[in-house]
Amino acid sequence: MKIAICIKQVPDSWAEKKMAGGVLDRAGVDAVLNDLDEYAVEEALRIVETNSPSKEAGEGSGHTITLISMGPERATEAIRKALSMGADDAILVTDPSLAGSDALATSLVLSEVIKKGNYDLVLCGTESTDARMSVIPAMISQRLGWAQLTFAGKVKVDPAANTVEIERVTEFGNQVMSAKFPAVLSVVEKINEPRYPSFKGIMAAKKKPITNMSLADTGVPAAEVGAGAAWSNVKEALPRPPRGVGVKLTDEGNGGEKLVEFLVEKRLA
Amino acid sequence: MSEVLFLVDHSAGKITKAAGELATYAKSIGDSVAVVFADNAQPIVDQLNAFPVDKVITIAGEFDKYGPAAVADGLSQLLAARKPAALLITSTANGKEIAARASVISGSGIITDAVNVDKDLITTQSVFGGSTTVHATVTKGVPIITLRANSIEATAATSSAAVESFSATISEAAKLAPITSATPVVKGGRPDLTEASIVVSGGRGTNGDFKPVEALADALGAAVGASRAATDAGWYPHSNQVGQTGKTVSPQLYVAAGISGAIQHRAGMQTSKTIVAINKDPEAPILEIADFAVVGDLFNVLPQATAQIIARKG
Repeated sequence: MKIAICIKQVPDSWAEKKMAGGVLDRAGVDAVLNDLDEYAVEEALRIVETNSPSKEAGEGSGHTITLISMGPERATEAIRKALSMGADDAILVTDPSLAGSDALATSLVLSEVIKKGNYDLVLCGTESTDARMSVIPAMISQRLGWAQLTFAGKVKVDPAANTVEIERVTEFGNQVMSAKFPAVLSVVEKINEPRYPSFKGIMAAKKKPITNMSLADTGVPAAEVGAGAAWSNVKEALPRPPRGVGVKLTDEGNGGEKLVEFLVEKRLA
Repeated sequence: MSEVLFLVDHSAGKITKAAGELATYAKSIGDSVAVVFADNAQPIVDQLNAFPVDKVITIAGEFDKYGPAAVADGLSQLLAARKPAALLITSTANGKEIAARASVISGSGIITDAVNVDKDLITTQSVFGGSTTVHATVTKGVPIITLRANSIEATAATSSAAVESFSATISEAAKLAPITSATPVVKGGRPDLTEASIVVSGGRGTNGDFKPVEALADALGAAVGASRAATDAGWYPHSNQVGQTGKTVSPQLYVAAGISGAIQHRAGMQTSKTIVAINKDPEAPILEIADFAVVGDLFNVLPQATAQIIARKG
């Protein structure tokens, strides 16, 4: 099997984020591998381990795991993290003209890269913790014309039959979906417990190849990416006014009663 | 007046609360047109008539079997046929996927997770854990906007919407991953977390004992939420997690019990109308954003409040 995983470097989800000129100010915050992508990396490793006699990805297993990312050169830090977990190699699309690209442009670039790789499966996290749109897996699937199996809480792959089955977790309940390769999957948080990179993994990751691609290499015209090509426009981004100062009291045995008085006054109880 | 389409979510023959909210938004912009994917739409139409709905378009077919990919196909054909002013969808995982595919197919811009859309189709989003408010517009195609549940109060109405059917086809690509079986969610006695008007959440301070949190929730008719610390510890199901990597809620009242209020958690609840916090630590960040804060032990404060509420209901 050839598996690709779409990953993104994002500002640390525990850091305070700000806007600069209508887009997220990425320069001033720590950048990390998107938390939710780690589940996709782990699931890909498990798919390979379950279906490989040698129990290791990479040479000899007959399976490969390639990371695909779009972002600045700095994104190699996030890529190394995923490589140290056990992925084999990576492709990073870096181009100044990509700055400010919206989800439609991002999905276009990723799809064009995926098309060149002859992959069986593409795995994604459900969303990035910065933009939080949760639309990229569906957009990629639509663009590629591949089966869409998203929000998987369980994944079962049969490489002999070229099929994949998932349990999709939705607001309305769980659904079982199945499809033939190639397919685009997204996996929910808690599908697995992502492994910590081992020392051996961290050392090995330093030698794993990262292929850099420019926008021209992807074949996507420059006019279709970047802030200028976005199909939506931020008119303004304002810091939220601080909430009015509330009431703060220390419980002296009647805190619960005081709380209910407040709720009644606000007609909330 | 131009038409504003909205997708009606329904499950087991019942429309969601958010459907009435989308109708209310649609009516504030133009003619409110509900889109219902169902083979037997009449019961749904009857429920929609309790909200401001001018027209209902029903689409029958195997949409349940093929999921969001198929619904996106149907909606895109409808957009091409009717050229509405906008398409509104509820900001659920499912809804955002439908919006994503429809956006690619129809060549339309998309804005997700809006908490308001005005008559000029300018959206409001609350991003970065509620610290920043963004106003944006779609500049290409039919604006496809997903709106968070609970961001508006649905207007009640006595409508008699005209019903027409639309026939849509499902592409081969959308048929590649059929749904082979479905297990509907087992509804507990409590309202759904993202739709509830009141949410009572517990965190590290519960030490794994959610009984006082649940008791207060039940007295208030509320949903129960949990912080990441609580779900990571296995104290409460992950599906109830509120925060940046969990659910985003925007209820009338949010009660945070034993939750410190790290940015990770605030990201999921900061747009709540009223925030009440109970925490032993007088320095907990949650107290700074609370409209009413009690510094104290939740194991004393919550049961007292619960008893008081039950007594008042008498």
